Formats: sequence, structure tokens, C-alpha cells
Amino acid sequence: MIKILDARKGDELFLLGNEAAARAAIESGVTVASTYPGTPSSEIGDVLSRIASKAGLYFEFSTNEKVAVEVAAAAAASGVRSFTFMKHVGLNVASDSLVSIAYTGVEAGMVILSADDPSMFSSQNEQDNRHYARFANIPLLEPSNPQEILDFTKYAFNLSEKFKIPVLVRTTTRVSHMRSRVKVGEIKKMRKKGQFKKNPKRFVLVPSTAKTMHKELIKKTEKISKIVNKSPYNQHHKTHGGYGIITSGGAFNYTHDIINEKKLPISILKLGFTYPFPDKVVLRFIEDLEKVFIIEEVDPIIEKDVLSIIGRENLEVDVHGKLDGTFPRIYEYNQDIIEASIRKQIPLKIKRKEPLKAHLPERPPTFCPGCPHRAVYYSINKALEELEMDVIFSTDIGCYTLGIESPYNTADYLLSMGSSIGAACGFSKATRQKIVSFIGDSTFFHAGIPPLLNAIHNKHNFLIVILDNRTTAMTGGQPHPGLPFDGMGGEAPAIPIENIIEALDVKFKVINPMNIKKSIKAFKEALKMDSLNVVIARYPCQLSLKAKGKPVKVDNDLCNECLECINKLACPAIIYENGIKVNQKYCRGCAVCIQICPEKAIRPKRGSSR
Amino acid sequence: MKLSYDIYICGVGGQGIIKAGEIIGWAAMKEGMDVVMSEIHGMAQRGGVVSTDVRIGQAKGTIIPSGHADLMMAFEPLEALRAIDKIRKDAHLIVNLTPIPPFNINAGEYPPVDEIIEKLRRFSGNVYAFDADRVALEAGHPLSTNMAILGAATAMPDFPLSQDAIIESMKANLPSKLFKVNLKAFNRGFMSLEG
Repeated sequence: MIKILDARKGDELFLLGNEAAARAAIESGVTVASTYPGTPSSEIGDVLSRIASKAGLYFEFSTNEKVAVEVAAAAAASGVRSFTFMKHVGLNVASDSLVSIAYTGVEAGMVILSADDPSMFSSQNEQDNRHYARFANIPLLEPSNPQEILDFTKYAFNLSEKFKIPVLVRTTTRVSHMRSRVKVGEIKKMRKKGQFKKNPKRFVLVPSTAKTMHKELIKKTEKISKIVNKSPYNQHHKTHGGYGIITSGGAFNYTHDIINEKKLPISILKLGFTYPFPDKVVLRFIEDLEKVFIIEEVDPIIEKDVLSIIGRENLEVDVHGKLDGTFPRIYEYNQDIIEASIRKQIPLKIKRKEPLKAHLPERPPTFCPGCPHRAVYYSINKALEELEMDVIFSTDIGCYTLGIESPYNTADYLLSMGSSIGAACGFSKATRQKIVSFIGDSTFFHAGIPPLLNAIHNKHNFLIVILDNRTTAMTGGQPHPGLPFDGMGGEAPAIPIENIIEALDVKFKVINPMNIKKSIKAFKEALKMDSLNVVIARYPCQLSLKAKGKPVKVDNDLCNECLECINKLACPAIIYENGIKVNQKYCRGCAVCIQICPEKAIRPKRGSSR
Repeated sequence: MKLSYDIYICGVGGQGIIKAGEIIGWAAMKEGMDVVMSEIHGMAQRGGVVSTDVRIGQAKGTIIPSGHADLMMAFEPLEALRAIDKIRKDAHLIVNLTPIPPFNINAGEYPPVDEIIEKLRRFSGNVYAFDADRVALEAGHPLSTNMAILGAATAMPDFPLSQDAIIESMKANLPSKLFKVNLKAFNRGFMSLEG
């Protein structure tokens, strides 16, 4: 981590794309940085969180992405550089302000990095955030590797400052999580504090001012259109007939590999600065071609711009992309997909191996041994079983979404951050079914409070279970407003969730989910209530706990193999291998299995101490 | 023409797979080679399948195409079989013999390990299977499995980096406190295949 800050100009580091983005912020003299953690962008914040104090910049984990983008916008409006970054769906949350920031513009450089997730490794959708550049009318850069993340982001700050417009940098999972050689540059000295110069005609968007500022925005875009055609990030050699490929971002890497490995006679135009669209560069590239392939992840965005150039210029070039079915419209690409797609249009001699068609057991991700979410789901399922009650589980975004898997089956509906409570409001009026919302602590702060107010005020009736594991777990353990420290490691006032609930006059109970008997009892009581009520299940994420509990073992003489521990609790540390056993390598000693064993065959290991 | 020497490292979240890849990649960079690698973070890490692709050479894409991997380092037998399409003909396969059954399958659904190894041998004549978990335990720390497998990989005849380069990288990329234990596991892994 420190290496990222201490490296000198010319040093070569082996950096993750996200680490390169953090270095770019330092090299660009960023004064204020903000984010809400989200894969695949999270490591940018993790790095800045550790080095911010030493680097002298201000960094925060904001409560959500909308707040993060507003923090950054005000900083840039005050004349200091700001950097905000988030996962693709986070930009949806921020978009209300993003579109306005394009209108007001900025005084110092402001860069927004959106890390998209083609193939949805850790997301609810694979939306293509390049649309946001067009939607908000702001410039867009698409790096392909960590070195480009560093270089393009630094360039984005200069561009932003020159034209007083926020700039979007779009990465994808494979680019953010690519590690490779990065030659670092000089660290730019930052301005410690800015000065906001009042100008309500620009910074207060009401109909009359917005009309002026939209006109200003279009003028800026037109000026940038000229630069984009001369950008070194959009260079190519002149083609003379034959086949060509236009590509960008991560898709370029696979294209490069296929073309070079197979030595295919196809020219490549790699676009790095893609909005405003570099139409002159593209026109020069395609005008003499017979066929052009457009290779991009995920939506046909460049493709549509190429088609519009062809229409306007009346060219006779075949365009093969997603719209004509040559390339898939979904998921990330790889060399195999690109090769197979190109083959549909050009006969290539390629031998193909038959893939292995063996049926293998799948290995979906699950809760860690010792995870409090497992205990919560076990207990609530027991409570429901005892009450003979069937409920809709309206869940939310976090590790606990893994409740979708058997044997828990505690996820029935999920849209986005905070939707557990908002959707429960709808279910409670539209159906006679009982509803349980699950929401994590960080997600509650992020987007759970407005729907909670809605639920109270509009007299909705359901149970909210707040899974308070004292961290933002899924993304690697970042802090949130409920914790007594901030994103730079300094002390901070913690906001107890129960204080919020209590102030709203809602019935609630705080439980320790690792106590199974008491949890089942609390859930039964809560489920029987005929009004909105809250259970806060509080126990820290086991990844944040340094010490293990006492080791446990199975007394196989007492065990009658009822399989409650395997089939209902499903802890990966409990295995069946000629009888039930506890795998000491994985067991965290959380003692939940001891409590649920009907035969009392699981016990603390004798003579063991902490 | 292949653009790079491709190493596919696979197993289950929490086995130290990314760290093993990082050590190889860093060593390659220090030796002046071009290298790209992929990492998996986020939801997939929670006990799911984890893999890292390390590509040393001119390749730019971090995904190893099917039939390309020159070396597979499988931290778990079932995961070796799941990824078998990645390897080229007669690639070197290093396979840890300790299985980690997925949490969601019933007893007996996990294929017998010797059957898995048998199947792997149909894809390559160069399968080296050993119990890396045991080697790690004997070396002094159960979490040094990844270094035992790295040691075995370094012993492969076509492995592009020297033992010294890897050890240098381990020094730079592992906590100094655990270096001794890790080096022991690495050496035992190296010997287990050499011997």
C-alpha cells in the first residue's frame, strides 16, 4: 500500500487496475476523494483509505454514491481536484446529481470512475455505463489495463479542468482486477483548500439558469469533439481495403491476442477516448474497408455511432457487431468468443477442441464458517417452521443475499440497494402475505432509511431484520456511519441503528444471532406482531474477528446422523466423512452447531482453551 | 504462435490462490518479462470457485483461452477437472490431493479423488498430484498450502522463472513474520516433485 504512495517517477510497480487508479489520484493532485464501496471498484477506496492521511488528501466512504458524487462536485466547484469512484450500479444512485454537475460544470478537475461488471461477477445487472457519458453529455475514457488507468485518469483530470466539465472513466471487472506492470509518474502537489466563488446563475440550477447551462454544456462538448479526433488514445494506421476491427476497453485485449496469435490480416482501431465520439478518426479508418467488426462490452454503443457515420457518409462497408448477431449482446468477451464470432463472417482455419462435457458438482459461494448470517437464517427458518408460517423474503445487497441458496432459501425478491424495505411496502399492501425484509447495516445507512420512513408513515406492516455485522462485509470490510471510525482511520461518532429506530417510535429488539435459542424466540415474537417492527441481529463479521472461539468436535457415539447440522445449518466446516466431522482448518469455533445439535453430540473439544 | 506462457491457478476462495499468482507475476516483472494476471474479488470469494490467470509474454487479455494453459496449479482436485478445458495438450498439471467438498452437496456426491486424477491423466501425461495440505502442515502452517504448490510449480521443467526469482518475490510479497514457514513449505513442495 505504502509502495503505491512512495514510488517515485519511473518506478515500476506490479499494480492492480484499482491500485493504479488510486495512484492516478495522487499523481493528479486530488484534494478530495469519495466513494461507496462496490465490487469491482472497492480496492481504489481501500488503498486511498490507507494512504490518504500520509498523502495529505481527504478521503471518505460516503453513505452512498449520490452523497459521494456531491461531495466531489462541491470540492471541484471550489477549485480543488476531486475523484469519486463506484461500481456501475452505484452511478445509478449518483445519477440524479451527475446530470446536474454536467450542467454546472466544475472549476478544478473532477473525475468519476465507473467500474462496470460484464458477466455480473458481483452485481445485480451488467449495465453498460458508457451510456451515462452520452446521457449526461460528459467526456468518456475507456482504459484497457492498469497503465492506461493511470495515464487516462491523469489525462481526464487535465481535460476536466481545461473544459470545466466532469469526466467519466469507465473500466470493467477484468480491467479493474487486472494486475500488470505500471510505470508511475510524478506526484503533483495538491491545493490544500479551495475557495468557492459564488455564482448562483451557474451553480443553482432552476429552469432559467439550467437553460443557459445546458447551452454551455453543448458548447463544451462541441469543443471537445475536435480534441477527441486528435487524441493519442484514438490512433491508428491508414487502412487500404480488407477487414478492420474497432474496439475499446477490455475487449481490445482479447482482440489483440486473437489477431496476433493467429496472425490474421485485420487492422485494429483501438479507441480510448470514446465520447464525444471520434467520428473523423473512425471515418478515416473505415472508408476503404470491406468489412468492419465492432468489438465492445456490453452494449452496441460504438457500433451505433459507426452505423450513423456510414449512413451519413453513404459508405459501403459491412458492419458486424452485436446488432447483426455476429457478437453476443450479453456477458463479457474473451478470445474464444471473439474468434468464434469473427469466424461467422470470415472463413478462418481453426481447429477446435471438443469441450469437456462432464457433470461436476457446482460450487456456489456461501457464508463463511462462523458467519452470523447463517445463524440468523437458521433461526428465522426454525421460527417460521414452529409458527407454520410462510413469508415473502424481501432481501437486499450484501453477503446475506447468499441466502438465495439452499438450505436457507431466504431470498425471494431483490432489486437494488435498499429495495428490501421499499419492496416490502408494496408487498404489504398488494398481498395478504407476511413479509420479512433483510437488510445489512451498511445497506441500511446507504438506502434503507427513506423506505423505512415510508413504511412507518404509510402504515405498512412487516418485519425488518437488520443484519448488523459491523462492517461493509461483501466488499472487503469498509467502515460505515454505524462505526466509531472513518475512512481515514480517524475517530468518528458512531450512529447506533437502534437510536434511529427508537426515534421513529418503531418496536424493535436487538439480538445476538449467535445465541440460537434466544434468536428463535425473538423471531417468533416479532413474526407474530401485527405491525411494522424491527429486529437488529448484531454480531461482527467473522472475517473481522481475529480470535477463534473454542474448537468443537463431534462425539460420533452420540451422533445419530440426523444431519440437522449438514442439511439445515450447512456450515462448510462440518463434513460427512464416514460420520459427521468438524474440519478444524475451517471451524471458527462460533458454537452455533453445538446449540442446534438435537443429540448434543457436538461439543467443545475437551481440554481445549482459547 | 502462442503469445505467452500461461499459468492457470484454481481452487476455492480462501486458499491463497491470488497471492500465489501475485508472487509469480511480480517475479516475472522483476525479470524483465511482460506479464498480466487476473484476480477475482467480491461475492465469488465466499467459498466459491476462485481462479487466477497468469500470462507471461505478449498476451494482453487476462483470460487464458481454452486449450492454452501451459501449467495448471490446482489447489483442489474437483477444480482441476472443472478447468481442464483451459490446458493445452500435455500441459503440466499440479494437483493438490486434499478435496474441499462443496457445502451444498450430499455425502458421496463428491467424485473419488483417485477417479478425478485418473480423468485428468486422460488430458495430460504430466499430472503431478500430491497432498499439498499435508506438506504445508508438516512445514509448520496449514495456510502455507499455496507455497507448497508454488514450490512444485517452480520445479516444472518448462517453468519460466528460476527458484531464486520466486523466493525473492516471496520475500517481497509475503509478511516477513511468516516467511520462514512459507519458504519451508515452498522447498518441500519443490522437493516433492523433484525427488
